[in-house]
Amino acid sequence: MNGFSVIRLWAVVKKEFIQIRRDRLTFAMLVGVPLMQLMLFGYAINGDPKHLPTVVVAHEQSPFARSVVQALINTGYFDVTSTSTSDRTADELLARGEAQFVLTIPPDFSRKVLRGERSQLLIEADASDPAATGNAIAAIQQIAGSLLRNDLTGTLAGLNGPEAPVDLVIHRRYNPEGLSQYNVVPGLMGVILTMTMIMSTALGLTREVERGTMENLLATPVRPLEVMIGKIVPYILMGLASTLLILIAARWLFDVPFVGGLGLLAVVVLVFIAANLVVGITISSVARNQMQALQMTFFFFLPSMLLSGFMFPFRGMPRWAQMIGEVLPLTHFMRISRGVMLKGNGLNEVWSNFWPLLLFMLIVMGIGLKRFRRTLD
Amino acid sequence: MSDAEFAVDVQDLTKRYGDKAVVDALSMQVRRGEVFGFLGPNGSGKTTTIRMMCGLLTPDGGTGHTLGYDILREAQAIKREVGYMTQRFGLYEDLSIRENLDFIAQIYQMDQRRQRVDASLERLGLQARQHQLAGGLSGGWKQRLALAACMLHEPRLLLLDEPTAGVDPKARRDFWEEIHKLAAAGITVLVSTHYMDEAERCHRLGYIAYGRLMALGTPKELVENSGFVTWRVTGEELNQLADALHGRVGVSMVTRFGNTLHVSGESEPELDAAIAPFRLNQAQQWIPGKPQLEDLFIQLMGKAQDNFK
Repeated sequence: MNGFSVIRLWAVVKKEFIQIRRDRLTFAMLVGVPLMQLMLFGYAINGDPKHLPTVVVAHEQSPFARSVVQALINTGYFDVTSTSTSDRTADELLARGEAQFVLTIPPDFSRKVLRGERSQLLIEADASDPAATGNAIAAIQQIAGSLLRNDLTGTLAGLNGPEAPVDLVIHRRYNPEGLSQYNVVPGLMGVILTMTMIMSTALGLTREVERGTMENLLATPVRPLEVMIGKIVPYILMGLASTLLILIAARWLFDVPFVGGLGLLAVVVLVFIAANLVVGITISSVARNQMQALQMTFFFFLPSMLLSGFMFPFRGMPRWAQMIGEVLPLTHFMRISRGVMLKGNGLNEVWSNFWPLLLFMLIVMGIGLKRFRRTLD
Repeated sequence: MSDAEFAVDVQDLTKRYGDKAVVDALSMQVRRGEVFGFLGPNGSGKTTTIRMMCGLLTPDGGTGHTLGYDILREAQAIKREVGYMTQRFGLYEDLSIRENLDFIAQIYQMDQRRQRVDASLERLGLQARQHQLAGGLSGGWKQRLALAACMLHEPRLLLLDEPTAGVDPKARRDFWEEIHKLAAAGITVLVSTHYMDEAERCHRLGYIAYGRLMALGTPKELVENSGFVTWRVTGEELNQLADALHGRVGVSMVTRFGNTLHVSGESEPELDAAIAPFRLNQAQQWIPGKPQLEDLFIQLMGKAQDNFK
């Protein structure tokens, strides 16, 4: 009687499967999350991102210059988007993160080569994410020795020495030592805020409904909007406090520079917190209990972490993953926080990432408020 | 309109969820100063009706006034003057007793909060435990605290949704003493319940099933007007008798109460004819009894099922 019974065991297993099937959300998580991870790690994540957007500042149009550009393209790491950029625009593109590399060809490039002098080419890399640029830089160094070899033929063959006549000077901008914490810490701020803000609002509101206190509250003269704002204000303050904590840790523990304006970052953080809070409110209006709210939070959080460029270089992801990533607030926040902290971006440079954040917030707020109101009726 | 005769007056109140009318053209009145019992099976629409009366839910059809305010347009005014006690404990278990009362007082924007909360705690007899978490209270105390909380803003109408579910008999009795005290002080009370002893303590009753009002009146009126006849049978072999009577024409209900059997019918001659052969059995004694409210309501529920299914 007291022995182990396979029949009883089977009864429990069967019961468990029935419950899993009824609980759609858990089911979706059990199936969806591994699938998502498989797709991402299997196909999507390319630790060796290629086709990085590159602009060329050519102070000289010459066969030699074209040959150098072609050599870069041939490595597969560089997609030259423009060959006639001015110094200033190139700098801006780099700061905005729209270009990963800038190649500058000096005006006297060909002349020096023909004179047999060593000529210098400048390559600037946006090294705020060292993982995204590391292999490309290595590829540059590999081709450096054989540059122009095929151009210096015939009467010019004599100019071919044991070394190529060109020096490649590489500037790792924003993160000269290629330290990964420069990249990780500003991103981590967004990750932590996403997690805590969504979870706390989703759980806080769902708890009120689940425990029956919401009904009691709404029978009083208090307005739904007062309840909602009253419930999220403490979390906004807590979110700001944790941001401050992360910034202090970034500065004093991880030695991450803070080049940009604190005020701008504060505004962006507020909008980002708001965007996450409205996601939390929307989740709470769908979830029937706190467990579901927690599951949905993870459903949003996981893709945010994986597809935003936090875990892997954004440009190393396939097109579809990038498209999902572009929708997520974390993606844009991370670009802005890195831009402000490492590159000293101002409002002008961050605007291209700021408006998607605002748009996301407004759209989700509309959905959330509408749904929130419905649940009360 | 504050001197109107009715504290609650609704006509053709309707609420639908999808295709299903949870409350279906319900009309009823609650008089000022009375204790009105609201009865009906689970899922009959009691809670939905109460929610519409206090302006928490917008009806899909019908009109109504609570304390003279239009339930469609003046929900905010209703909420200020009505105390609604939800079926589940609606206060915060992770706040202390005092913090809960203080929170409610603040929500109602009351002046002299400290004094009012103090007075409320004193009436409750909970001053000594005011800093204890509400979650640690027993069922009976939670219910008293909830009542105190919804009395804090001195409402003129109390809507109590199954306030005594899961509360022990002593606490229930105390609770009803309190309700009658409040009624004596001029407060109208509408209370929903499943307990028949509680129903009998109400001035008037309304019985709803499938979202429709099936009966309305004082407990005495309901029993007298029902035309219900009940016999009480004692003796031996009651189980066999019950089985034999079940389903006979004229017998609408056979209920076992320990050592007695209640046999009821809607028409006296039919019931008499049906039971005549069984009354010859000397082992059992048949005594004419008064129908009980419970019999009546179970009967009504059966009828409602026939009508609306």
